[in-house]
Formats: sequence, structure tokens, C-alpha cells
Amino acid sequence: MKYVDEYRDGKLARQIAATITAEARDNRDYRFMEFCGGHTHAIARYGLEDLLPNNVRMIHGPGCPVCVLPVGRMDDAIKLAQRPDVTLCTYADLMRVPGSQGLSLIKAKAAGADIRMVYSTLDALRIAQEEPDRKVVFFAIGFETTTPPTALAIVQAQKLGLKNFFVFCNHVLTPAAIQNILESPDVRDLGLVRIDGFIGPAHVSTVIGTRPYDFFAEEFQKPVVVAGFEPLDVMQAILMLVRQVNDGRCEVENEYSRAVTPDGNLKAQDLVSSIFELRDMFEWRGLGDVPYSALKLRDAYAAFDAEKVFDITTQPAQDNPACECGAILRGVKKTTDCKLFGTVCTPETPMGSCMVSSEGSCAAHWTYGRFRDATEKQAS
Amino acid sequence: MCLAIPVQVTELLDGDMAKVSLDGVQKVISLALVEDVQVGDYVILHVGYALNKLDPEEAQKTLELLAQAGVGAPS
Ligand code: SF4
Ligand code: SF4
Repeated sequence: MKYVDEYRDGKLARQIAATITAEARDNRDYRFMEFCGGHTHAIARYGLEDLLPNNVRMIHGPGCPVCVLPVGRMDDAIKLAQRPDVTLCTYADLMRVPGSQGLSLIKAKAAGADIRMVYSTLDALRIAQEEPDRKVVFFAIGFETTTPPTALAIVQAQKLGLKNFFVFCNHVLTPAAIQNILESPDVRDLGLVRIDGFIGPAHVSTVIGTRPYDFFAEEFQKPVVVAGFEPLDVMQAILMLVRQVNDGRCEVENEYSRAVTPDGNLKAQDLVSSIFELRDMFEWRGLGDVPYSALKLRDAYAAFDAEKVFDITTQPAQDNPACECGAILRGVKKTTDCKLFGTVCTPETPMGSCMVSSEGSCAAHWTYGRFRDATEKQAS
Repeated sequence: MCLAIPVQVTELLDGDMAKVSLDGVQKVISLALVEDVQVGDYVILHVGYALNKLDPEEAQKTLELLAQAGVGAPS
């Protein structure tokens, strides 16, 4: 596939790794956080950590919207789906995410709730058109990448005069989360994670551009390199970060310039801001309440807002207390620190969200990392 | 969640839609979020929508940078 295969060359990946090894200074270590689940997935899938020298370590960040959706909102969605008049449309990723009391959408569906997996908001719109007697609720989640398609669906529903299409909005914002990781007092409780730089999101940045990261680079004196999701993109970004650290630079650099510009997609940004506005506060799994980190529908679109139409007030709910997702999402703990990993908690029976999404740290490690643990154990 | 892939536009359709080919498979997607897309362009496809156009010149530059980064290594 063009624009994919040429960024997966294993030989070149090893050569870039050799350059990283040569340039990384022996007298220090380098700790970089990849914010995005897409990068976590690429690092695990291609075994990139094995290519890196020991003094260059990757910390997996909270960058997957499935992983950070709080249990309370999952419960809301399950309750919505259980209403006899509602058809809940959802991306497949959410089906297995555990709510409280061990319930999930997949279990609710087995018990008779009308839940449809959709690939696109276009499918949800079509269902609403074809089944005017059903109240079709789209379970909207995602970062800046996934928000414009939701906004467009609302515009489209309005144009079509649909009265039975609603959006349960859980869209969240990446920059707010990065800032939270850097300055939250909670993180201090868990033990401070020292981070020397960030790999910035790929597809989030196609929409928002690279400008929003300027603030971090400056305010927190951390280098940021926006990178694509292919293995060579990630290796190159790591090399660029090592060079910035060595030079004492804190800049925003763009490795993914084939798809990301400084301004991003302005048409998509305008559309999003015409439909959505900031919430004062939103809970993130693992990070807790983060101010101005999520979006809700503007009052002008209240008729499409499932939260208003169905009177949803989110109840706080607890994760499984043994699940370490919270600390893992912040980069304070590793998947293998969790007692439930691989025993009680697997992708078949996930206890926490990090095991559900293929971009979650626990799921990525389960799928690609276990054999490495085994060989490391044998070797030591 | 945020899986997005490069696909090539093969035909422009009414209502801001387009046909794309994905490893030989045809799919209909929306172009409503992007501007000035022509047949032959590559776009990043995410949940049924093109998010952005791919810039072939920038892609070439990145490939050159990658090659350089690989050469830098002492062998
Ligand atoms: S292995 Fe399961 S229980 Fe443990 S942190 Fe990951 S998702 Fe939570
Ligand atoms: S781009 Fe967004 S949705 Fe995709 S992995 Fe990164 S954070 Fe998750």
C-alpha cells in the first residue's frame, strides 16, 4: 500500500536505531512519552522498544479515547441502550468496555438491548432515516480526529429534518490531557514521572495542526515531535527528540508533514466550533476531572443532544480497585505491574478499558509483548 | 479507535462523496471535511471521512530524511 509500506522497512528501522544509539549520550537517560494509543500500538507491534538502546525509554500515555472514558459515562450509555425506545449506535471499540457491575454493551445487547455497531456516523444517520420510529442515539467518543465526523452528522441530521437522531457526546481534547499529565497534583501522589519529551499525536494533529503544542514546548520546556503511526515515523521521531534534548532545544517539530500542517484542517475546526462548545469539566479515566478538556453540543443544537433529551446525569462510578489503568494511563506504572494482567484480565474478559481497545497499553502488551517478557525472563 | 489510513480517490460522486480504492477494494467515503480533492489524490480516511489530503512532496522529503537518518549510523 502506498504511503504505508515504505514506512515499514525493517532494515531502515534498525539503521535509524543505530543512529539513535550512537547519538544518545551514555551519561544520561531519555524518557519520552508517546501520548497516542496509535503509537503505543506501533511500538508494541513492531517491537520498537527492543531496537532502542537501554537509556532511551518510552512511556505510554493516555492517548486512546476508549481507555480514558470514565465508567460513569459507560453506565450512561448502557442505560440509554436499555430503554425500549432507543437504538444505540456505537463504534465497535466500545462494545466490551466494562461499566460498573460487570455490565458492558455487548452483555446488554445479548440481553436484548438494541445496540448496533457502526463504522461511521453516516451509518447511524442512515439507520435514523430508515427507522423513524426508533430514537437513534449515536454514542460519540473520540479525540479531535473523530469529532468532525460527529459534527457533520448533526449538520446533516438538521438538513434532513431528522427528529429521531441524537448524539451522546463524549468528545475530549488532547492538549488539555497533556497539560494535565504535566502539572496535575495527582500525578505527584503517584510519584512524579519525569518526561523529557513527547511524541505528538498523528491523526489528531491532521485536524488541529501543530500549533496547539507550541504552548507545551514553551511553558513546560518539553520538546514535541508530531509523528505518523508507521514504525519508521516513530523511530525518526525518537531520533529527533534525542537530538532536541542533546541540543537543549524545546521545539515543536513535525515528522508527519505529509499529512499535518501547522494550521491543521481549518474547515473541520470551524465546523466543530460551530456545533460544540467547551465543558467546564470532564472526568477522564485515570486522570480524574480535567478542566476544559471536553466538548458538549451548543444550546442551538439541544434537540440533538442526548444528554438533554434523555435527561442524563452521570453518576460517579468506581473502576475495579485492583485495576491499575489509572496509573498506567499516566505513565507511572507498567502493564506488568498489574496483578490482574493476563490472569483475571484478558481481552476476552477485560477488567479495565486499557485491555479493550487495541491501542490500550494492556491490550497491546497482551498481544505483542508477552513473548518478550518470557524471553527476557529466560535470558536473565 | 483512531485508525486512519491513506487511500486513493478514484471517482468523485455527488453530495461530497467519493469512491476510493483501498488495496484494490472499492469504498464510498465522504469528502465533506476536505477541500479541492481531485481524482488520483491520496487522502487520510477515518471512520468514513477524508480528514486531510496527503502531500506527495512532503512524503518524499520525509523518506529522504529517513534514509539520511539510517546512513548516520556507524556500521
Ligand atoms: S491488565 Fe486489566 S486490570 Fe490490569 S491495568 Fe490493565 S486493564 Fe486494568
Ligand atoms: S490519534 Fe487519537 S484516537 Fe488515535 S490513537 Fe491517538 S489519541 Fe487515540
